[in-house]
Amino acid sequence: MTPLVFMLCVFVISIGGGCFGSMLGLGGGVIVVPGLTLLLGVPVHYAIGASIVAIIATSSGAGAAYLRRGFVNTRVAMFLELGTTAGALAGAFAAGLIEPRWLLLTFAAAITYTALMMGRYKDPPRLAADAMPPVRGRLRLSGAYTDPRTNEHHAYRVGRSGLGFVVSIVAGVLSGLLGIGGGAVKVPAMTMAMGIPIKVATATSNFMIGVTAIAGAGVYYTRGDIDPYIAGPTAVGVLCGTMIGTRFMIHLRNSAIRWMFTGVLLLIAVQMLRKGLWP
Amino acid sequence: MIRRTARAGEGPTDISRFEMRLSRVLRWGLAVSTVLILTGIVVSMVRHPEFMTEASSLEPLLRPGVAVDVTESLMDAPGRGLVTAGLLVLMATPVLRVLASIITFGRQRDWLFLAITSMVLVLMLLSFGLGRVH
Repeated sequence: MTPLVFMLCVFVISIGGGCFGSMLGLGGGVIVVPGLTLLLGVPVHYAIGASIVAIIATSSGAGAAYLRRGFVNTRVAMFLELGTTAGALAGAFAAGLIEPRWLLLTFAAAITYTALMMGRYKDPPRLAADAMPPVRGRLRLSGAYTDPRTNEHHAYRVGRSGLGFVVSIVAGVLSGLLGIGGGAVKVPAMTMAMGIPIKVATATSNFMIGVTAIAGAGVYYTRGDIDPYIAGPTAVGVLCGTMIGTRFMIHLRNSAIRWMFTGVLLLIAVQMLRKGLWP
Repeated sequence: MIRRTARAGEGPTDISRFEMRLSRVLRWGLAVSTVLILTGIVVSMVRHPEFMTEASSLEPLLRPGVAVDVTESLMDAPGRGLVTAGLLVLMATPVLRVLASIITFGRQRDWLFLAITSMVLVLMLLSFGLGRVH
């Protein structure tokens, strides 16, 4: 394989990662890492470095698109980012202290449980068409969006922000310590705990993940894990993928997104279980 | 297309202007980084025509390396340096986005969210810097 062909392959795999990641708010690492290591034989360190770049590219690309649609709840995003960055920092400090194995096994169980809950979850009843949710709490998190599939205006109330904040700290610790699972924890927290519609939750998660990824990026960059000839084509491919994924996602049924999400959660749980049992 | 993004408790126009501003910041960052990365790859191909023909030239590219010093590599390997510069611009987009929010919340005198986003920025830069210590 010549370097040119190699870079084209990286580009194509990354389109898939960006497309898929931007639909679910996960960042595309779920596809980029196995794609690069299994299909192209890229060393794992470089694949993880490329996946950090993929997460940042997904976040900025999908974030820019969803912001224009009014899908991102920026106040929720910034409130929860405080939790994820604090968690990521704590995770980076704790990295030497905790045996990752037990953490992986614990979270494999927790994420399996979340996946099952997510499969059974029903959206909260929609508020009347032009009812604005009452302003509640000092954070003023409630919001509204227009669903292009049904062309209906949805107002929604955001509740249990304390619980959401705690879970986002956990999400940050996960990404700081293990490098996986941040988005997988945030989206269920936003939907099931805080009552945010799933499209807004995935769009908001997409918008947020770049900030958490930056926290880890310094480590990978100085270690030399971000190889320009791997991460470069990854970034461009992922950006193209987000253009497809964001256009597609807004027209999906909420239940379709939820089922895809449940499937991916189970996949992540299996991945964690495998890493925990055979490190 | 008319967007309805008025949020509870917000001035009706502030928030959508705010969202468009953030979106613009992200788009500009992405455009600059994409141009740098693509230019860098083209420059590499022109300077190393064997990248397009020789399969054996791939292996050295995948060897574990050290962090690339952008300024140094712009001199002796301009293609690689340009791609790296593009990646650094890409990594700067979330930081710029947080900065833009801080400025907006400051202008709106939303002290609570000014404090929240400022703390996010500090934590972000702190943990990015940690990478240099390890």
